[in-house]
Amino acid sequence: MEHSVIVIGGGVSGMTAAGMLAQQGFNVTLLEKEAETGGHAARWDRLFPDRKKASEVLDFIRKGMSRVKVITGITVVNITRNDKEFTVVTRGQVADGGSQMADIPHPASCIPHPASCIPHPASCILLATGYELFEARKKEEYGYGIYNNVITSAELEDKFRSGSPILTSEGKPPARIGIVHCVGSRDEKVGNLYCSKVCCVTGVKQAIELKEMYPASEVFNFYMDLRMFDRHFEELYYEAQQKWGVSFIRGRLSECAENPDGSIIVKTEDTLTGKPLKMTVDLLVLLTGFVPGRGMASISAMLGLTTGADGFTNSADSHTLNNSTEIPGIFLAGAVKGPVSISESIADARAAAIQIEVYLNSDKPGND
Amino acid sequence: MIDFGYTLTRDRQFDYDRGDLRYYRLVRSLEPSIDLCIGCGSCSATCSAAQFTNLNIRKLHTVIRRGDTTSIKAGLRKCMFCGKCQLVCPRGVNLRNLILALNRAIEQLG
Repeated sequence: MEHSVIVIGGGVSGMTAAGMLAQQGFNVTLLEKEAETGGHAARWDRLFPDRKKASEVLDFIRKGMSRVKVITGITVVNITRNDKEFTVVTRGQVADGGSQMADIPHPASCIPHPASCIPHPASCILLATGYELFEARKKEEYGYGIYNNVITSAELEDKFRSGSPILTSEGKPPARIGIVHCVGSRDEKVGNLYCSKVCCVTGVKQAIELKEMYPASEVFNFYMDLRMFDRHFEELYYEAQQKWGVSFIRGRLSECAENPDGSIIVKTEDTLTGKPLKMTVDLLVLLTGFVPGRGMASISAMLGLTTGADGFTNSADSHTLNNSTEIPGIFLAGAVKGPVSISESIADARAAAIQIEVYLNSDKPGND
Repeated sequence: MIDFGYTLTRDRQFDYDRGDLRYYRLVRSLEPSIDLCIGCGSCSATCSAAQFTNLNIRKLHTVIRRGDTTSIKAGLRKCMFCGKCQLVCPRGVNLRNLILALNRAIEQLG
């Protein structure tokens, strides 16, 4: 009998790994809590640095998933281990084949019931539970949720993707736009010391896209460092300055205030000149970072997995066993281990799939 | 008015909304590479004039971009036009032409 693999999380990592494992002949079930697979990538319009459509990336991954059994709209409520076998209990799927969102994800609250709690046997589990976006309201001084013209980078992507015009809350095209880097990242005051890594290049990409839409507008990026870590990123930053005239001001925003006309006053230090600076912008975009996925804490507790001080899940070794955990048969892929780009998620998921294949084939005769 | 002996200290901050961006716009039209600065400080570190004066060429063209033109004239007087700043710039900012463009801006705008 072929081995069963349960993949928890239907974002880029989970979908990629599930597809690869199914193509290798394993019996793969993908569990996703939302109604649709695709994860955060389903919200993005174009990806850095080459502006490929996120939907094209998802279409490519989905093409490889024809043999994967996908169950959406369910929550994992319990995972038990019996020697080398696991049972994943899910809740939320209804008997008619449709699905619904489970509202109580705690294992103790689940009474086994054929219509709601379903056990799924597995020789191996891949945790690809991903991340959440930082809740921008926590940086109250930036006024998200208070001032109408302060939006998040995810909301800006929604507008780009849906093709809806990007206007101020007063219905006007923005003449001056501010983009704030490191919102919820590199900030002890919100408990996140780490860098979310992809916001820098996202801010540069979105600045270019706003200039394309409104060539006469002024776009200012407020940054602490610009971490253009990957291939073509620095070139994108150069393009933003050289071709599009995007201005970069080094300084973390201290606070925002709202003018009677709805425009936003931002205050920062221009640290390159050592002077405080204030300016009015018509629209302010907050580049919100990564935080650990909410559902992962309960799954970690079920399995006894450890998390780092940053709240992301620890692998067995960050250099050599990056997709493995301390528990044989439990593997990790993607943003469950910390901030990653989509291309990194795909590569990491493929690496995890190979690790799982090696693990599952190791008990066959002739294998070590 | 009665003089109570108090004075008002001028606000040090850049108020971008009230800044004088005419110099920046003119210089930018003459030397667009002004926008490519990443603030690394190579230019000011190698500057011959900076060894003996308080000229900071990096700061000079940064404050112009923020609409502060108060230090242009004094700064330009200290420059010896040696061109070392341009030789070391990792972004290819044409600093010698930038200085010429600033002189042109002063001629035109005062």
